[in-house]
Amino acid sequence: MTHTAHFKVWRGDTDGGDLQDYEVEVNDGEVVLDIIHRLQATQVADLAVRWNCKAGKCGSCSAEVNGRPRLMCMTRMSVFEPDETVTVTPLRTFPVIRDLVTDVSFNYDKARQVPAFVPPKGVPAGEYRMQQVDVERSQEFRKCIECFLCQDTCHVVRDHEENKTSFAGPRFLMRIAELDMHPLDAAADQGLVRSASAQEDHGLGYCNITKCCTEICPEHIQITDNALIPLKERAIDRKYDPLVWLGSKIRRRQD
Amino acid sequence: MTPGRAAISARHLRTDRWWLSPLVTAVALTIFIIYATWRAFANGDYYSTPYVSPLYSPCLASNCTPMDGGADWHLFGSWWGLSPALLVLVFPLGFRLTCYYYRKAYYRGFWASPPACAVAEPHAKYTGETRFPLVMQNVHRYFFYLALPVAGILTYDVVLAFRDESGAWGHAGLGTLVLLLNIVLIWAYTLSCHSCRHIIGGKLRHFSAHPVRYRLWGWVGALNGRHMLLAWSSLISVGVADLYVYLVASGAFDDPRFF
Amino acid sequence: MTQVERHAYDVVVVGAGGAGLRAAIEARERGMRTAVICKSLFGKAHTVMAEGGIAASMGNVNSHDNWQVHFRDTMRGGKFLNQWRMAELHAKEAPDRVWELETWGALFDRTADGRISQRNFGGHEYPRLAHVGDRTGLELIRTLQQKIVSLQQEDHAETGDYEARLKVFQECTVTRVLKDDERSEMGAPPDRRSGGKVAGVFGYVRESGRLFVIDAPAVVLATGGIGKSFKVTSNSWEYTGDGHALALLAGAPLINMEFIQFHPTGMVWPPSVKGILVTESVRGDGGVLRNSDGERFMFGYVPDVFKEKYAQSEEEADGWYTDPDNHRRPPELLPRDEVARAINSEVKAGRGTPHGGVYLDVSTRLPAEEIRRRLPSMHHQFKELADVDITAEAMEVGPTCHYMMGGVDVEPDTAAARGVPGLFAAGEVAGGMHGSNRLGGNSLSDLLVFGRRAGLFAAEYAAGLGEQRPAASEEQIDAAAAEALRPFGAEEPAESAESAQEGAAENPYTLHQELQQVMNDLVGIIRRGPEMEQALERLGVLRERSRRVAVEGHRQFNPGWHLAVDLRNMLLVSECVARAALERTESRGGHTRDDHPGMDRDWRKVNLVCELTDEAQGGGADGGKQALIGLRQRPMDPIRADLLALFEREELLKYLTDEELDR
Repeated sequence: MTHTAHFKVWRGDTDGGDLQDYEVEVNDGEVVLDIIHRLQATQVADLAVRWNCKAGKCGSCSAEVNGRPRLMCMTRMSVFEPDETVTVTPLRTFPVIRDLVTDVSFNYDKARQVPAFVPPKGVPAGEYRMQQVDVERSQEFRKCIECFLCQDTCHVVRDHEENKTSFAGPRFLMRIAELDMHPLDAAADQGLVRSASAQEDHGLGYCNITKCCTEICPEHIQITDNALIPLKERAIDRKYDPLVWLGSKIRRRQD
Repeated sequence: MTPGRAAISARHLRTDRWWLSPLVTAVALTIFIIYATWRAFANGDYYSTPYVSPLYSPCLASNCTPMDGGADWHLFGSWWGLSPALLVLVFPLGFRLTCYYYRKAYYRGFWASPPACAVAEPHAKYTGETRFPLVMQNVHRYFFYLALPVAGILTYDVVLAFRDESGAWGHAGLGTLVLLLNIVLIWAYTLSCHSCRHIIGGKLRHFSAHPVRYRLWGWVGALNGRHMLLAWSSLISVGVADLYVYLVASGAFDDPRFF
Repeated sequence: MTQVERHAYDVVVVGAGGAGLRAAIEARERGMRTAVICKSLFGKAHTVMAEGGIAASMGNVNSHDNWQVHFRDTMRGGKFLNQWRMAELHAKEAPDRVWELETWGALFDRTADGRISQRNFGGHEYPRLAHVGDRTGLELIRTLQQKIVSLQQEDHAETGDYEARLKVFQECTVTRVLKDDERSEMGAPPDRRSGGKVAGVFGYVRESGRLFVIDAPAVVLATGGIGKSFKVTSNSWEYTGDGHALALLAGAPLINMEFIQFHPTGMVWPPSVKGILVTESVRGDGGVLRNSDGERFMFGYVPDVFKEKYAQSEEEADGWYTDPDNHRRPPELLPRDEVARAINSEVKAGRGTPHGGVYLDVSTRLPAEEIRRRLPSMHHQFKELADVDITAEAMEVGPTCHYMMGGVDVEPDTAAARGVPGLFAAGEVAGGMHGSNRLGGNSLSDLLVFGRRAGLFAAEYAAGLGEQRPAASEEQIDAAAAEALRPFGAEEPAESAESAQEGAAENPYTLHQELQQVMNDLVGIIRRGPEMEQALERLGVLRERSRRVAVEGHRQFNPGWHLAVDLRNMLLVSECVARAALERTESRGGHTRDDHPGMDRDWRKVNLVCELTDEAQGGGADGGKQALIGLRQRPMDPIRADLLALFEREELLKYLTDEELDR
């Protein structure tokens, strides 16, 4: 089954651009990325698009399809009516480079600001012992393919560019949660309380848990319920819970 | 438009009915708020032996309708002239107002921050929950602690609803069933709370060292996955329970009795 | 003189998959200023697609496992054509490489006593694969990526600059390895022909089209495989044989290029995902193969040598899943090459599915709930990509090009490319380790073991040079720039007399498709002499046409241009594959000759070595129809006696000649 679909694709660069119309062939079983590739091969050889594995495992082909942040390789054409116009635009939250390709360096900068895993002192490689139930929470977050759709959709930075300096975004707050829940992370021994630092240094308070990150996550990670809210609660333990705060003071004095 | 970003003037390009969900949320919450405000200030028709409206329990002022064995403890004395509901409603209200689900619902529905995913919000500035007053949302866990005794008292009310008008046990009417359903939903909602999940076990680093808490955390987690559903259904059930008591107390409806 | 951006580093790593990142970490930890160059974004490399696990004989699940057993399995899998010293190092060092990942934050699945869990896999005697569900490759890449970030954080704390000692150049393509000019004359024997030392790399930034040179005395190639030369492949677009071609063009030989692993079960529909893997565990968990007549055809394809080990009837085969001790294995679990060939024959005989595969059915074999529990990612993959519910209907599958066993001929201990001082190679781009066929799980461990070694010895080499660093001439840089920009027609080659028969401009996408068709049809899973001769002829024509490739638009993120540049590499590598496959008149591992079906012990001792011909060396890789690749046979080093002693003589007789054994 083949039909002709009507596509609008944003073309341009930092100097400006607009949505351009294309009529393009669509075959049974294809995804939006196939159509973009067909446009490249037949109509606009220099249409810029970023992609890699084409199987939803690398997180390269992030874009917005009919206004929704999505992986183009995981958006089947069959979800659209044959006469529906399909609009493909670059991620809105990041600076555009050309056409559908954006500059995602914001995310790499934020990744560097999260202090790395701190290996426990005195435990040599090969002697790490962790129980499956203890690693499972962090494992869920490590499913992340870094497509940055959550970073793109989060209104904290999508609608407020000025918040980019103080807000790490769902992906990297989740990374902090992952490390905080890692059974052997020894950051605390160096005086780093990851949850409190998430609040103080990485903008956890900007999150108003409206859950768009979870809604669009192609890996179906429960970012809000399993990472962000638990991280908020852990920060509250440290910062707003007098009983816990007092308890930890006393315990520290005893050590 | 932010410099550097792709020049797209439309606020969003969504083609689906993205506005439906925030609209429904806003309308439903508004209806409940209006109804609850009216009922909370009405100060009447909230008790009809053996049923008490969940909005008026416990009843802490002297002007309470006497409840047979119920939670009418006149802690506040006679100076309180307003509806006694106002004294206790602050607890469930605070619990729900700071609840992680309701926050999402009203930030989206009333404040349009954001109205829906990838739809631009109308505000020029945004600081989230970083400063007063919204930083106060972090007190949610204290409201959770307070919600526990309230739920306990409502449970006690349900137990009393198994007595008939004369105080004899073994009664069950439609009202008993309504209150029972309500308290089940209230407990489910209360225990599915994110703060509860954290306190029960979420805060632990090593589940393997706390097998009992790990199991409890799993149960709470399963409930927590339905937190939105429970938030709505318990909200509706509170409204329905109160309405039912109102109808019976005002004589508009006769409580059908099963046995 | 061409205007190019210029950087200077001690070690440059080309490729940011498992091997590249591991090499970069090692070089940086040895104090070298290190650059990593990758075609994609940092963290998107094809390694993320690996599902099964990392093979390492830690013995966590079965304490009988040790490096000797792992070594034996690897040699058997490779049909004894493996570079035995590499197989030995690999088996010995893999556990340390896995444990080290844990100290960098990796979270593997655990055993009950808290150690790293290990799973069974085809060809491995004991449970050996460290894994994280079915996303082990992602865990590997993320861990290495985060280790690099942590090293950058250390540098930032010390110098205020994250990139002071380790920088990732993302979305850049390297088109040439540069060398200094001390070449010996052309007539010298091939091994010593190119005396020049590595001086750096030339490339361009995909985003902007800017050209750049990185001056560096040591270059590590870690570019992965060549799958994009084939029509049906599980490989990503990056797999265009870049490292293979860069090595050839720099004067380094490639070995074992005839050995390509075809995975029997790739998706055949929908078109967008054609080739993507359907994991072996589908069959391990009860999935069966049927043709369009509904016949479970594998029973007809059990070769004589396997007759005793595999079930003869469906009843017997079905009993194996629950009671493997009293039943023989179902024939669906024959080695990958046997299954791939069987599927190929069924489709050719007209018993294929509508989309040209066969049915792989698990829906009638297990309850839906069980399928979802055991094969979550397959269920997800088919649901999301093909709209097929594998709990209710059968999958359509067919063979897909999966892994290149051949590659740069390296010194086993140092990963140094032979013949080019300063050039190193690790991972899929290096040849020898896996012999004629790779075991599942051995690729990830290969990346770590030899990635580290390449980084280590590249660092030592660079440090050993002191201030005496080789430098590339300006002419070389100009030539590289002209070559890279030729598709724009901006820099018309001077020797236009030679290209007198000017034809119409060629579209790179069209040429690429034709190349893939040629390789798939004529040098694919089943090979025949005359077909490969035909392939070589057609490759010559394609190469000639590729000179006329023209692209429109400008240099900023222009995919047509990128493909035009990659075409050179795919054509070179394809020629190596075709020539070597034509020469090897036997069937072994990932090389199946219809006209030479048996394995020949005399061929076991021989590596086929591909090199650029003298003409190609002189005139660049853009020659006309004449061959660019020369081929020679090279005897293999005899296997060390103590390693041979790990096997029974009985078994060795299948592979080694009598005189080898009696030595």
